[in-house]
Amino acid sequence: MLKKIRIAVSVILFALISWHFLDFAGLLPQQLHWLEKIQFIPALLAVNVLIIIGLILMTAILGRVYCSSICPMGVYQDIVAWLSKRFIRKKKYTYGKAKTVLRWSFLGLTVVAFLFNFSFLLGLLDPYGAYGRMTTHLFRPAYLAGNNLLAAIFTSFDNFTFYKTAIYGLGVFSTAVSLATLVCIAVLAWKNGRTYCNTVCPAGTILGTISRISVFKIRFVEERCNKCGLCRMKCKASCIDSNKLQIDYSRCVTCFNCIEICNRDAMQYAPMKLKKQESSLVLPSDSPPVNEARRRFLSASLLTGLAAGKMIAQESSDGILQKKAVKRETPIAPPGAVSFDRLRDKCISCHLCVSKCPSHVIKPAFLEYGPGGMMQPILYFDRGFCNYDCTVCGEVCPTGALVPLTKEEKNATQMGQVQFTMANCIVYYDETNCGACSEHCPTQAVSMVSYKDSLTIPHIEPTICVGCGGCEYVCPAIPHKAIYVKGLKSQNTIEIKFEKQKDVEIEGFGF
Amino acid sequence: MDRRNFLKAVALSGAAFTSIKESDAMNLLVQSFQTAQATAKYDLVAIMGGEPDEMYKKAIAEIGGMKNFIKPGDKVVVKPNIGWDKTPELAANTNPKLVEAIIKDCFSAGAKEVTVFDHTCDDWRKCYANSGIEEAVKATGAKLVPANEESYYKPVSLPQGKSLKSAKVHQAIVDADKWINVPILKSHGGAQMTISMKNYMGIVWDRGYFHANDLQQCIADVCTYSKRPALNIVDAYRILKTSGPRGRSEADVALAKGLFISQDIVAVDTAAANFFNQVRELPVDRVGHLAKGQELGIGTMDLSNLNIKRIKV
Repeated sequence: MLKKIRIAVSVILFALISWHFLDFAGLLPQQLHWLEKIQFIPALLAVNVLIIIGLILMTAILGRVYCSSICPMGVYQDIVAWLSKRFIRKKKYTYGKAKTVLRWSFLGLTVVAFLFNFSFLLGLLDPYGAYGRMTTHLFRPAYLAGNNLLAAIFTSFDNFTFYKTAIYGLGVFSTAVSLATLVCIAVLAWKNGRTYCNTVCPAGTILGTISRISVFKIRFVEERCNKCGLCRMKCKASCIDSNKLQIDYSRCVTCFNCIEICNRDAMQYAPMKLKKQESSLVLPSDSPPVNEARRRFLSASLLTGLAAGKMIAQESSDGILQKKAVKRETPIAPPGAVSFDRLRDKCISCHLCVSKCPSHVIKPAFLEYGPGGMMQPILYFDRGFCNYDCTVCGEVCPTGALVPLTKEEKNATQMGQVQFTMANCIVYYDETNCGACSEHCPTQAVSMVSYKDSLTIPHIEPTICVGCGGCEYVCPAIPHKAIYVKGLKSQNTIEIKFEKQKDVEIEGFGF
Repeated sequence: MDRRNFLKAVALSGAAFTSIKESDAMNLLVQSFQTAQATAKYDLVAIMGGEPDEMYKKAIAEIGGMKNFIKPGDKVVVKPNIGWDKTPELAANTNPKLVEAIIKDCFSAGAKEVTVFDHTCDDWRKCYANSGIEEAVKATGAKLVPANEESYYKPVSLPQGKSLKSAKVHQAIVDADKWINVPILKSHGGAQMTISMKNYMGIVWDRGYFHANDLQQCIADVCTYSKRPALNIVDAYRILKTSGPRGRSEADVALAKGLFISQDIVAVDTAAANFFNQVRELPVDRVGHLAKGQELGIGTMDLSNLNIKRIKV
């Protein structure tokens, strides 16, 4: 029963989160982004106290339910493991010793890197973020292709229920990272179940520590157990030592597979220890050496982290200097990012904003923000421009890296400033009308002023520019655009003057 | 008195009657008389002072009724300007009430199906929804189709074009029997004005080419496409007097309450541009594509030679 509930909850949450990422057509309600906001590391970064307390309490009472059902990467591994059983008939898991040292090294390294502004590692390892990237970069193109196929079929019958939508790559680096994540985690899950969760995942390590003291635990009913080992063979976390009747609760993700398989009803999910003295006898004998090793490794990893951070910082300055050929020297952060520093500290690169941006202007950065900000969102205007009234990215962002903005706040948020190169402008060198830039400008930071004869030429006022990129996207000048947006390290608020509407009296037709 | 003259007389007296009594029933009566005509009496109808749907009904009746322009069983496209993610009050898109009235009229004239689309500048889904046109179209049973991908467009050749020799035109227009061009009258930073001719830029895919290869000439060139609009109906109810074609706020909008109908695209745009000129000075000769269109023989800027009906509501 418990297992069935766990599977039902997992499947529903996993399907909803995945579909929310894929849902370009807006079929699901917008409010569904709470599914991403209840994720552990995003909640930590967003300092969403209620959710953090909620998740910690839940873990302290029920064990690692988060890892079992809420985390989409956890469920992804379960799906892979379930598939592996279709292929390997007699698949058995075995008990393995906890890789405590490795585990804490990963966590330590992540924390240290984060403290040294290299939040890339946290973004890379956070299971929710990693799953988000897999969905955005790998599953989404497939979903779109399926949609386009349906659209082609339906459209040929004059039915426009489906509409075509562009499929395009979002950068080699992020796609490669997503693919590597997908493959590595799949291999681990295929072989040994939840290895990632119990070795690499920073959320798994933190929650695993809490779940050691959880009220409800899976416990042996010793008088019924005949040590047949079925539970051990079913344990995808490899945390049941059926010979010693011990369970490593730091690794148990409360999947209830063991309870389900046990023929003798010798396992229970219960709040009280049934045989107090035995389990308390066993634990201390095992724990202390581990703790010492952990301490050593923590300090070691702290040192390596320090060194790595410094090396990376050096690399970053070199990398940026070499990339001078890019015309936009300062990248443009999405609306509500506030500043590059804040974005780097808060974003785990789940790419929900990338998936959800209706104008297709958000993509993952490569080295534009420096190595620490790899895969974090930047604006680019190859496929569109930032819709003036749109506030979707800030609304969906689970970590608070993009602050939710009201329409009015968004309208006044300056992400970048317009730059005009007259020599490249069509009006200047062809002496024909154009004005595409001004046409798209929501604040008229680009306006058309009299030039020669009946020609008008762009005139820019960067102080009232929001940096939406409409002008840059649409500028038809080749090979170099005449107008582009320069990013800002810190976003500004512009002042919009609202004039009053004047009534117009029109007497006749004028002809 | 032959049949045509008799009908003309009836129609005229009917029209006179409407100017005295303005009941809807009377309008319908007049319309039903006039649709029996073989050709329109007027080259251009200009009307001002009413609501969009009301002005449309009066104007279309004067020009001979929709039955004069589409046949029963026709596949019709109504092409408004839906370029921007803006509400109707901001006058960036054609008035949804006008679009709705035109579609209904097409159906009552026997259209088999009516399709609506625009190649938008802002995100097309937001444009369709926030312009109010999606709702208006749904209320009529017409089809609102996407135009966001190149694959929806088919290449057509423009042998008369000077700068633009071919273009990709939306399949809805290519496949239609008739299409009705329903622009909104706006100022335009690049083209100076956007009216009926400029509204063609919403039926083509590659607009960048227009801007990069003499915008005014390309606008005139695309209007030589062999499938001309059955009617051009210019919405000048709210006009964007400044900061067009997008506009910033309601301060850019003037409530002008005008509407112009003609088959002659250059004439209707010239008339609308003159109307606009009263609100904000913008000499018609600055709107380069009008003269270029006349040069290509797609219409005339000389309004004095046309039979124009002017109505004030």
